[in-house]
Amino acid sequence: MAILELKNVFKTYNPAKEYKGEILDNINLTIEEGEFVAIVGFSGSGKTTLVNLVNGLLKPTEGEVIFKGKPVEDTSHERGVIFQNYSLLPWLTVYQNIDMAIQEAFPKASKQEKDVRVKEYIEMVGLTHATNKRPKELSGGMRQRVSVARALCMDPEMIIMDEPLGALDALTRGNLQDEILKIWERNKRTALLITNDVDEAMYMADRIIPLKPGPNATLGPEFRVNIERPRDKTALNDNEEYKKTRLKIIEYLMDLGDAQAAESTATYELPELQPKDFRWDAN
Amino acid sequence: MKDSIIRALKFIGLGFLEPLIRLINKEEPTKNTKEVFRKIIAPVASVFIFVGLWQLGSTALYNIEAEYKIEATLKSQGEAEAQKIKECMESGDPGCQPNTLPSPSQVYASYLTLLEDHRTIAADKKAFKEKTFEMNKKRVKQGKSVITYTGRPSFVDQIKTSLKTVFAGFLLALFIAVPIGVVIGLSSTLRGSISWIIQIFKPVSPVVWLLLVFMIVKTLTKNSEGDSAFIISFISVGLCSMWATLVNTAMGVSSVNTDYINVAKVLRLRPLQKIFKVILPASLPLIFTGLRITLSVAWMVLIAIELLAQSPGLGSFVWEEFQNGAMDSNSKIIVAMFVIGMIGFALDRIMLFIQNLISFEKETI
Repeated sequence: MAILELKNVFKTYNPAKEYKGEILDNINLTIEEGEFVAIVGFSGSGKTTLVNLVNGLLKPTEGEVIFKGKPVEDTSHERGVIFQNYSLLPWLTVYQNIDMAIQEAFPKASKQEKDVRVKEYIEMVGLTHATNKRPKELSGGMRQRVSVARALCMDPEMIIMDEPLGALDALTRGNLQDEILKIWERNKRTALLITNDVDEAMYMADRIIPLKPGPNATLGPEFRVNIERPRDKTALNDNEEYKKTRLKIIEYLMDLGDAQAAESTATYELPELQPKDFRWDAN
Repeated sequence: MKDSIIRALKFIGLGFLEPLIRLINKEEPTKNTKEVFRKIIAPVASVFIFVGLWQLGSTALYNIEAEYKIEATLKSQGEAEAQKIKECMESGDPGCQPNTLPSPSQVYASYLTLLEDHRTIAADKKAFKEKTFEMNKKRVKQGKSVITYTGRPSFVDQIKTSLKTVFAGFLLALFIAVPIGVVIGLSSTLRGSISWIIQIFKPVSPVVWLLLVFMIVKTLTKNSEGDSAFIISFISVGLCSMWATLVNTAMGVSSVNTDYINVAKVLRLRPLQKIFKVILPASLPLIFTGLRITLSVAWMVLIAIELLAQSPGLGSFVWEEFQNGAMDSNSKIIVAMFVIGMIGFALDRIMLFIQNLISFEKETI
């Protein structure tokens, strides 16, 4: 059963100007329950807008976003969001940041239950030693871990990740990819990953959909990644299926990039003009 | 040990002493000697240069005024009188000094006089209290009002009164401006509707506020026996100084980072939670900037308001000295000026200290 459906979604930030400055156009997407979908796109192609449409921070100008059969009207605890820039509250400690989410998601739970839950999630992302630290004292990877814990502690049915690892170094990135996959596999939530890294998408997702660059960004053809889980990063490089799919995606994206580049470097023939009273040959 | 001293000094705003402490500990002598020069010796030297310039200026003014005075006496009363005045001036008798800008040493002398005066009055007050202690006890038993000291307040008493007034005014500003600022920061409609009123009232002079408050408080306190001069001056101080906090709070609240707002939305925080856990902490730096401006404005207008409202305090001290025209009045006014400046500086430091204590950004300006 489809858990999330986007039907003919169209989004512009200034509807008054007769649909100039469109961000997204004609987006159709269906995500099945328990599926891990990655959307790959160039920067500035409208990825964050797409994420905000799904999590309910934005509403589509036209078309529908349907979650579990109901149109998305507002944000919900059923959809956890991991932001690109972590968005932790700097005046709260790791514990307080996660506690705030739990207070809202489980208002009826007892104090002790909440406390246990906060600690459980801090432990899950391996930050028990930093429980009482503020975000400023943490490294980028640790901050993103807090953000992951904060999104997951509300027990969402779907996790939406907006370039979650984009700002991290390669080593931390690899570690966190594994951790997110491990957590995802534990209870098979639906996951939507937005990324600009094809390898990351290949490693994590079941299905990869490229987002053609905006304006008028729309989704390209989907690529399935038929590789058994758990995937082994080192073995992947020798996997025929992996190599083939990766090549296809990259070729597709390169073509898109070339097409865009060709468009922007179109030459214009300039008329030969000279000011009347200013000539090079001053005679 | 050394590091904790440095940290403590930085915390209370005396960070400029850091290189001196490092130098005493023989740490990087060349670098720290330079730093000591830059941060301690140069500022101290500039103070000395300032005092020197002041001395030169006051001497020049003194000479002009003295010459004029002798000339005038010569014209009206003849040579003998003029000679007398000249001798009198040279002998340093304060009775015939020309009335002009006092020199640093005169000001310092006045400062000592004021302190001495305070000691006398304080002793007098203490003696009075001891004397009336038993009597007051009896009077309380009999249901009569207590006899209080009604003598002249000393300079230090005036400072205390001024501080009391400025704190009352500051608290009033805080309790009015922060809540209103938060409310109008949250609602752009309200912000739009109040902005004209704010723009119109913000530049109004303290004097006019005082008159306005006087009109209202006079009627309200007609039948009560409160200290209406104090009430009028602290309300005026509050009203004059609250605008900076109001505008800063509204701006801080309305311009909270969208990331934080998105988090609040995604976590579905309830409105009050959102205000107290996200919006207020995020706008705290700007609110505090506003409060610091408010406190310094409050201290600045206080003097003018006390002067006009004739409520006791430094303002009325300055005004009385000016009206008084005694030979050391001018130097007492200058003493008051320095005291006002230093207290203003100290108040700002205290605010900065509190800001550092509770702010998440931990930065000093």
